[in-house]
Amino acid sequence: MRILFAALACLLSFTAQAGVKIEHWLAPSGARVYFVENHDLPILDVEVDFSAGSAYDPSGKAGLAGLTAALLDAGAGDLDEEAIAAQLVDLGAKLSGVREPDRAGLVLRTLAYPKEREAALALLQLVLTRPSFPENVVTREKARSIAAIQEADTRPDAIAAKRFAAAIYPDHPYGVKATVESVGSLTRDDLTAFYRSHYSARRAVVSIIGDVTRAEAERIAQALTEALPAGQAEQPLPPVSQPTAATIKVAHPAAQSHIHIGLPAVKRGDPDYFPLLVGNYSLGGGGFVSRLMKEVREKRGYAYSVHSYFSPRKLEGPFDIGLQTKREQAEDALKVANDVLAGFLKDGPTKAELAAAKKNLIDGLGLRIDSNAKLLGYLSVIGFFDLPLTYLDDFPASVGAVTAQQVREAFARHVRPEHLMTVIVAAD
Amino acid sequence: MQKTLMFAALLLAGSAAFSVSANPYETRLANGLRVIVKEDHRAPTAVHMVWYRAGSMDEKDGYSGVAHMLEHMMFKGTQKVAGGEFSRIVAETGGRDNAFTSHDYTAYFQIVPNTALPQMMALEADRMANLRLTQQDFASELKVVMEERRLRTEDNPQSLVWEMLNGTAWLAHPYRRPVIGWMDDLEHMTWQDARDWYQSWYAPNNAYLLVVGDVDHAKVFSDAARTYGKIKPRALPVRKPQNEPEQTGVKRVAVKAPAKLPYLALAWKVPRLQDVDQDQEPYALSVLAAVLDGNDAARFARRLVREQKIAQSAGAGYEEIVRGESLFVLDGQPAEGRTVAELETALRGELTRIAEEGVAEEELARIKTQLIASQVYKRDSMMAQAMEIGRFEAAGFSWRDYDKVLDKMRAVTAAEVQAVAKKYFGPDSDDRLTIAVLDPQPIDESQPRKKSGGAARHPAQ
Repeated sequence: MRILFAALACLLSFTAQAGVKIEHWLAPSGARVYFVENHDLPILDVEVDFSAGSAYDPSGKAGLAGLTAALLDAGAGDLDEEAIAAQLVDLGAKLSGVREPDRAGLVLRTLAYPKEREAALALLQLVLTRPSFPENVVTREKARSIAAIQEADTRPDAIAAKRFAAAIYPDHPYGVKATVESVGSLTRDDLTAFYRSHYSARRAVVSIIGDVTRAEAERIAQALTEALPAGQAEQPLPPVSQPTAATIKVAHPAAQSHIHIGLPAVKRGDPDYFPLLVGNYSLGGGGFVSRLMKEVREKRGYAYSVHSYFSPRKLEGPFDIGLQTKREQAEDALKVANDVLAGFLKDGPTKAELAAAKKNLIDGLGLRIDSNAKLLGYLSVIGFFDLPLTYLDDFPASVGAVTAQQVREAFARHVRPEHLMTVIVAAD
Repeated sequence: MQKTLMFAALLLAGSAAFSVSANPYETRLANGLRVIVKEDHRAPTAVHMVWYRAGSMDEKDGYSGVAHMLEHMMFKGTQKVAGGEFSRIVAETGGRDNAFTSHDYTAYFQIVPNTALPQMMALEADRMANLRLTQQDFASELKVVMEERRLRTEDNPQSLVWEMLNGTAWLAHPYRRPVIGWMDDLEHMTWQDARDWYQSWYAPNNAYLLVVGDVDHAKVFSDAARTYGKIKPRALPVRKPQNEPEQTGVKRVAVKAPAKLPYLALAWKVPRLQDVDQDQEPYALSVLAAVLDGNDAARFARRLVREQKIAQSAGAGYEEIVRGESLFVLDGQPAEGRTVAELETALRGELTRIAEEGVAEEELARIKTQLIASQVYKRDSMMAQAMEIGRFEAAGFSWRDYDKVLDKMRAVTAAEVQAVAKKYFGPDSDDRLTIAVLDPQPIDESQPRKKSGGAARHPAQ
């Protein structure tokens, strides 16, 4: 395959199309609800997210948020994990998890025929409101989680991602990852307590798209959230501080060095987001038309995959330039990437680059929301991060209005070289 | 996509999805190019793909990786369109493009607003016939492909196990070669090798065009005739059967690589689908794979991971829609404190159990429900619909066969599943079995692995 798409980079293509009607209301439970009615296919997608991501892990208990979210369907009410799994499968429904730094939750995809839909929603309600976190399952899944951590700690890509997060977020929950020790210390009581305090309706955002009416969606959202725990008021996350520029080298026997360059950059809803999005397209977000791809890969053959992205979060989310290259040429490749970044910070995009970026982002809008599954992703982000309901409609104008000067200024504010961290795994 | 390149054919379980909607339209141009259009008017999108029936299985020894290398070179420009222009034009429409290579085929696609489709057809037709291949572009792109191999294979222990598994299971059959190519073959590949590949296989009579989206099929047909229709057909190289000689006895191999968890893969040679109407066993094998690992309630997850806690992970896969040969694969990682030997016994024990006790009607019903639901869900993705047509056609079947295949899958009985479990995995099954094991090595942080030999041989790069 010619291009390896970076998953995070895809999250960034945050776009929409005029004509998608998003309805929003507050359920009587207190949960915020976002809804797009669409009867093209007999499918219903429902996502329920909570302010319960890994950033909310208590000190020393990294991994608690993730394990809590993962075990919601490991037993609930009178049903054990086998019964829940079997019932979902028998309905043709799929239940998957959301586990991010800011949010955690569940996504249900079900057939929209009344019988399947109601039964699947009843199961979703049960696992959201009455998870039992059975002791034996907690013990087993802790062991599997620890094994997965130990395995990841041998892989250069995983090590690089972990060390990069720690480097750009020193002393902040965004930089803390689960360890063998932290997961080992978790107890069933920890999970139950985390669930009770974080899985409340007030911290919940329900996103619904598909073959139901507004009235049905109102009933569904309320039913899913009315029996959630009372929970605790949301404590703000500690502020993000900027690190002091440094290079961290990690020994590893891999054939390739894995390199990240970046820093904490931008929050969701920051007015600089559009200039950063448009600018990053030319820098390293736009596949083969980006400067990083041209200089690192096309001209020099240094890497198969090279990219840059901004991943906005509740607080300053990362800016990340990533590449992998034969370890003997890591210093050369790193220099090229740094030179490309420095040049972009200095001069910003050319007129042609700016025009190309806008054209792709605006004209590609329809493609990025041409299915219910894609639209659900955007709907849930708009809801969770409290972006304007008109975000989709405004997108072309927001992108279209960006000037080269705005790009330069936004990059100057958010990507300051004195804070740039570099991580090289498998460095010589 | 990563899996598509490397070994999707083995990993995608038998939960193959088949279309229920009936609208694909098909025509054939005078030069032999087949054109298949599936109209889907939900959104103003068009998926445009060209598939060539030329994959790594068509390569010869010493030239492994050339099919994939040519895929990369197809973006380097033509006599009319400068290098990089193609992707730039696609990006300008708002769309994206990419390509992928497998054992069986090489495919190129663009996902664009439907108004840009005629332009995509003109560009793709142009590079079907007029690729400009230069030594300089080749040399630079070859480095990229070597980096791709380091990323996907050299530094990925499970990929190394799969490479070893295929290389061991097949002696004569070309599936023994990795799609991305051996590093040594890449080091000795020349731009003329890529050119020869292009001139041998890139012809309208060895390709088919797929369009899925908000389009008018009659317009697509006429645009295809106007663009692709101008390209002359060509006599194709002879394809030798390269049939695998009979295996006698189990094959066991080990791979040492830096890792924490061991990994185990067992692969049995089993029949592929050849005759949609007459065959029966491939459908039963496909259902067997799904009983083991087709859903969250399937046996491996339930019994081996959750109940017995023998496996950290466990999977089963069988791809019956292939040009070459099929393997039935079980794989997994032992749970903490368990050994590879215990896991092997447990994985095989599940097959034995089905051979002896059969499967429950409830399990079969579950798999059929999943098949039906997946048909509905697939309609939410134009790309998924295009991939399904492409996959069938690549293996020599027609999109017209899906409904039949779906019916056949739904008609599989518990007795048929039990019969294939007995026949192919019983006491004599060692004669079709290959076992590959990852032997995890502690990380020696001070020593780069010797495996990256490419660097040592060409330090000037």
